[in-house]
Amino acid sequence: MSGHSTYNPTNPVMKWVDDRLPLPRLMYDSFVSYPVPRNLNYWYTFGGILMIMMVSQIITGIVLVMHYTPHVDMAFDSVEHIRRNVNFGNVLQKWHAVGASFFFIAVYIHIARGMYYGSYKAPREILWMLGVAIFLIMMATGFMGYVLPWGQMSFWGAKVITNLFSAVPFFGEAIVTWLWGGFSVDNATLQRFFSLHYLLPFVLVGVVILHVWALHVTGQGNPTGVEVKSGQDTLAFTPFATVKDAFALSVFFIVFTAFVFFAPDYLGHSINYEEANPLVTPEHIVPEWYYLPFYAILRAVPDKLLGVVAMFGSILVWFILPWLDTSKVRSATYRPIFKQLFWLLMIDFFILGVVGANPPEGWWITVGQIATVYYFAHFLILLPLVGLLETPKPLPSSISDAVLAKNADKQPAAQPAE
Amino acid sequence: MSTAEAPDEDRRDFLYIATGAVGAVGAAALAIPLIDQMNPSASVLALASIEVDLSPIEVGQSITVKWRGNPVIIRHRTAKEIEEAKAVNIADLPDPIARNANVADGSEATDVNRVVDGKEQYLVQMGVCTHLGCVPIGNEGEYDGWFCPCHGSHYDTAGRIRKGPAPENLPVPEYKYLSDAKIQIG
Ligand code: HEM
Ligand code: FES
Repeated sequence: MSGHSTYNPTNPVMKWVDDRLPLPRLMYDSFVSYPVPRNLNYWYTFGGILMIMMVSQIITGIVLVMHYTPHVDMAFDSVEHIRRNVNFGNVLQKWHAVGASFFFIAVYIHIARGMYYGSYKAPREILWMLGVAIFLIMMATGFMGYVLPWGQMSFWGAKVITNLFSAVPFFGEAIVTWLWGGFSVDNATLQRFFSLHYLLPFVLVGVVILHVWALHVTGQGNPTGVEVKSGQDTLAFTPFATVKDAFALSVFFIVFTAFVFFAPDYLGHSINYEEANPLVTPEHIVPEWYYLPFYAILRAVPDKLLGVVAMFGSILVWFILPWLDTSKVRSATYRPIFKQLFWLLMIDFFILGVVGANPPEGWWITVGQIATVYYFAHFLILLPLVGLLETPKPLPSSISDAVLAKNADKQPAAQPAE
Repeated sequence: MSTAEAPDEDRRDFLYIATGAVGAVGAAALAIPLIDQMNPSASVLALASIEVDLSPIEVGQSITVKWRGNPVIIRHRTAKEIEEAKAVNIADLPDPIARNANVADGSEATDVNRVVDGKEQYLVQMGVCTHLGCVPIGNEGEYDGWFCPCHGSHYDTAGRIRKGPAPENLPVPEYKYLSDAKIQIG
């Protein structure tokens, strides 16, 4: 979309359509001739993978709804019915459930890519903030979807998470009753979650369209963080990026389907195969793995309200990341200290995940508290300071220079082997 | 359109403000039903009271009944448990308020304020942890009362919070004795 359109339809039908509604032109300019930096690596394929995962969740979801019953007396059995009786229901149900996990794997990689290469910096702040909004919608969608099978973990997860709002001063109780439509998580809750779980993915599609629009306005970033300067720095989206994305997608799907077919329950909790019982809380309740780091932050703070604030804050802080990072240099490749901090943050986030999976007892509490403090310190103290103090490495003068220098490095090393 | 040289500014302003006002009132009138429909429906509110016979509960036993979708714990406390609850200094409690719907708001969390005077053996309370709503497990925790497995809250033998993230004592629902050993909750 940046620059002049090169679409020149030879097919008369396409030309006829294009003169009346330039949709073919939009598609051509966005997905065929669209110029992308020539040095994109595989970390840049996850956006495409996310698109496919979103479509996959929507298609399998619509199919599941054809057999699912959103009622407290029937929901659990109807999911069993899908697994046992519906033709291919077993695969479709696993595809959707495991798909949610792989959707989150892809989005975490995509976000980490953005943090490593400084993709959030000017002029891509809005692109980044739309991404954070997408992540929040995904979390809400996944949470409500998990309630639908009405297992023990569904029920108690829903109860604990909705109860977070009871921490709100004065209105807490009223808000929670309003969310539930009753005095506890019950049928009214299940039905509204079902309605919203069907709605939110389509809201997600809308925000993703804005995300891609913003991307095509600013152009894609790249691993050097140096902006595209001339046509020499770019390649056409098709075939170059299309094929790279498709290859990465195939590898991702091989792993994903391996889980669907051979380890569908590996990422879940067996306790959810027990029907919801409002009178008995399971021994150990934990959210799905992709919420664990945030759950650990919630529990690290001994105060109810502050714990909730810290949990939401840990994601909301990403909204101001473009302004917290004071460095002019985008890519971690040229920022020696930031690069180490990035990896420390990854380790910290992983530790938070492990803490979230364990009961809040003994030294797990201490570890969780240290990791939480470090998490916030990274964004609020270290990032602003490092940007000012660090001396970055010299940047290549252009993307093509960087590519040529890299190839020149490789050549002599390759020769002795022959 | 020939009179357009002298537009009637007052008339236009009036129409502008009037349209805006009608629009704002209309939007608010639309928002109320859309938001309020999510509050508990009449049928949920109608399930408001149950009767429970306490006579089969032996000393040291608890039962759990379901009221408005939530568990209510009824415990026939032992003499030792009552004594322990009475021995506590109110100043040591994280939540010094009774949280009992049957006594005056803000009453002290003494043991007698958590039960009905003269029926101290029967403790009736919601089995809903005041932290995030899990069901606390009986005869567990460091205070001989209840322990919430979700995030580790300890309640004493009068259902008062003693340790952990829960901010308040377990609430005592509205209930009354219909006869010597029969109560109505709600
Ligand atoms: C943004 C994409 C989506 C995500 C992240 C997501 C996530 C989830 C999750 C985690 C579950 C629980 C799976 C289980 O334990 O069985 C679930 C269940 C469900 N979802 Fe989705 N979902 C998405 C899109 C959709 C869409 C678009 C629909 C329908 C139009 C849908 C319909 C359902 C149904 C009916 C269930 C319950 C059946 C079952 O448990 O397999 N989902 N979803
Ligand atoms: S819900 Fe009981 S301690 Fe959190």
